[in-house]
Amino acid sequence: MSVIYVLLAISISVAILFFIAFVVSVRQGQYDDAYTPSVRMLFEDELVEESTENNNQDRSQTE
Amino acid sequence: MESSKCYHCGDSCSNTAVHFDEKIFCCQGCKMVYEIFSANGLEYYYDLEAAAGTTPDFKPHKFDYLDNPEIVNRLLEFNEEGMQVVNLHIPHIHCSSCIWVLENLNRLHPAVKSSQVDFPQKRIRVCFTTSEYTLKELVVLLSRIGYEPTISLDDYGKKKAKVDRSLIYKLGVAGFAFGNVMLLSFPEYFEVEEFWLEQYKVVFRWLMFAFSLPVVLYAAQDYFISAYKGLRSKLLNIDVPIALGVLALFFRSTVDIVFDFGSGFFDSLTGLIFFLLVGKFFQQKTYAFLSFERDYKSYFPIAVTRLRDSGQEENIEIYKVKSGDRLIIRNQEIIPVDCMLLKGNAEIDYSFVTGESQAIAKQPGDNLFAGGKQLGGVVEVEAMKSVSQSYLTQLWGNSVFSKNKATGFQTITDAIGRRFTLAVLSIAVIAASFWLWYDPTKAANVFTAVLIIACPCAIALAAPFTLGNMMRIFGKYGCYLKDTNVLERMAKIGTVVFDKTGTLTTSNERSITYEGMELYPEEAALLKTTLRGSNHPLSRSLYQILQENHIQTLDEFTEELGKGLEGKANDQSIRIGSAEYVGTEQQQDFSETSVHISTNNTYKGRFAFRNNYRKGLPHLFETLKTKASLYILSGDNDGEREALNQLLPFEVQMYFNQKPEDKLEFIEKLQEYGKVMMVGDGLNDAGALAQSDVGVAVAENVNVFSPACDAILDGKVITRLSRFLELAKRSMGIIKWSFLLSLCYNLIGLYFAVTGQLEPVIAAILMPLSSISIVAFTTVATNLVARRLTQTIQNES
Repeated sequence: MSVIYVLLAISISVAILFFIAFVVSVRQGQYDDAYTPSVRMLFEDELVEESTENNNQDRSQTE
Repeated sequence: MESSKCYHCGDSCSNTAVHFDEKIFCCQGCKMVYEIFSANGLEYYYDLEAAAGTTPDFKPHKFDYLDNPEIVNRLLEFNEEGMQVVNLHIPHIHCSSCIWVLENLNRLHPAVKSSQVDFPQKRIRVCFTTSEYTLKELVVLLSRIGYEPTISLDDYGKKKAKVDRSLIYKLGVAGFAFGNVMLLSFPEYFEVEEFWLEQYKVVFRWLMFAFSLPVVLYAAQDYFISAYKGLRSKLLNIDVPIALGVLALFFRSTVDIVFDFGSGFFDSLTGLIFFLLVGKFFQQKTYAFLSFERDYKSYFPIAVTRLRDSGQEENIEIYKVKSGDRLIIRNQEIIPVDCMLLKGNAEIDYSFVTGESQAIAKQPGDNLFAGGKQLGGVVEVEAMKSVSQSYLTQLWGNSVFSKNKATGFQTITDAIGRRFTLAVLSIAVIAASFWLWYDPTKAANVFTAVLIIACPCAIALAAPFTLGNMMRIFGKYGCYLKDTNVLERMAKIGTVVFDKTGTLTTSNERSITYEGMELYPEEAALLKTTLRGSNHPLSRSLYQILQENHIQTLDEFTEELGKGLEGKANDQSIRIGSAEYVGTEQQQDFSETSVHISTNNTYKGRFAFRNNYRKGLPHLFETLKTKASLYILSGDNDGEREALNQLLPFEVQMYFNQKPEDKLEFIEKLQEYGKVMMVGDGLNDAGALAQSDVGVAVAENVNVFSPACDAILDGKVITRLSRFLELAKRSMGIIKWSFLLSLCYNLIGLYFAVTGQLEPVIAAILMPLSSISIVAFTTVATNLVARRLTQTIQNES
């Protein structure tokens, strides 16, 4: 049953890893503006679509 | 009707519409922005949100001061190796289209490397290379597409504000520890005599101890500090029993695991602090786009044009203006210092200082005060004082602006905290002394158990959740509070003092009446046609109300800024503008804004603009009457006394000709009898707003300037003020009910504690249960109370 020490060590280090990730993300200011990224996320799709449209046009021209 | 709306800004296009690219625009400015966008492949702007733009109001010389490298350096966030980073405030940011276009600035100019919008704060951070681009060009580009940044004295030398994120860290630490401790203590809740558990419980317990160390030492820090401060000033605030409870929990648990008495209360300890911090976090709601601390600095420009002795113009920082300097003030610029007018005719709008929107005409030799906005053309002035010595800026030196209203105020939680602490301590002592006599081994146990179970977690959560939720509801209905403390103070208000101009009246709805000789049809047509060419706000509003007439083509049109217009057609000429410009000897009546008319050099008459009182004032006063005593203070003369007396349903005490200091002193006197709320708008009310217990600034547009205050109220919803007061009072009621509810939980817990049978599992169930039910109760109760408000609002409208 001493395997419990290994399990505990693993589970706690994983937990601490996530905690550090949280602290780092706060420190970088990722939680300062919680709104704009939610809008920005939707734009990227549109930009890609626009560029594929252009590609299609290019293709139709070459064809 | 859709087709008559401008494709760019959504304003209705009257007959000035511009057709371009099969689209319709209300003016050349909008068309130009569209052209810029479509030329750079940014048409997606219009797909994202229809008619999102604004008409650019661009003045080519407005940002000339950005040629001065010293000023530019003050504004930049980063400036090295050909790279510059600037953070600009753009009040117009309002929708997803704005974010999209501003984050694609690099398509408009390749020198822009990246741009990022912070929507809640309405700011943009732009990174650009300096080799082929300057800050001025960037600002001009933004202005051209309708996103003019406001650069004010506030930005001057502003260091990057350090954001206080400690509460989030603490919340993170407490939550992290709470989760892990819960997991580790779970086996012990139910399987007491299990073989393997017996074997390893020491490891589990010491792990829990390790997890709760950072919680006690770091996350709970604020409660110890606050309790210590309270005790030092001989105040028993709510943090005293919390700190006692935390200490009792920690030491009792440590002793428990050291001597193998039990598993300790580490789960309750970490959970308690986690819930308390969640409450604190919820209460901390801020409106990032509003500022409650604004002073004149956020309104003043950063630079001004100085005339050198040699006659050359230069842009200098405002703080460098000395008495005796000659300055140039252009159209729409703010006068930064008290000065004397030397050349040109000034038409000064002091609305920022007095709340009075009517412009005042000044002749050379007159004194001008800082804070006025020049509506006329270019004038030359001589500074009489430096910026810091001007009348307006000195107003800010008054000590009322530096005092913190929240510190002198005992919150409802602290008020109950005192009695609560005394009760808990006496119960603990009585119970402990009983057990000392009956079974001394259990005395210490019972003493700590009482402190633990009576830890007022639920009580400490009641106020943050009720007030925090209510504050969000207030915000939804157009009243933005600085913090939850304002809400508590609002509940105690017994007197409401109103400013008149700008608060009870609104410049948005002006009534225009014509006085004088009747105009012939052809004159009326000429008048309308001439007004069409002018962008002056008065011309615009006059143009709107005049009947449709046959639009002629003008043979000649001239506009003199700050004076008036002249139009000629079919041998007829018309002059529209100030009395002097039109050429009348008529006495100028300064209490009214008027536009005078003369045709073919004969005086015809004038259009008088009067500010209207806001709608629903009688109703507001009627409903407020039962709640508070009412006063009206005004900086104007008492010409409006009669009108007000007729408008209001009963006699209200009114005081006229009140200077800013008078208002402040008046409030101070009223405060001897109770809590006073001041409702004002201009800078002249700033002192009174700061002195009052709750200063409410009324704003037509919450994004533009409002003086330092506790709450910002949208001018359109001022009639809801009495509702807001009522809601504040109701919130206090809800808090009291939740105190009762949490006392019930405490009594149940105390039963276990006093009888010496408090098991960790009971504490671990009771504590979160009471906290969660309090949160649920307050949320439901506030929403119910607020729903009644919305129903009455709907009925009213």
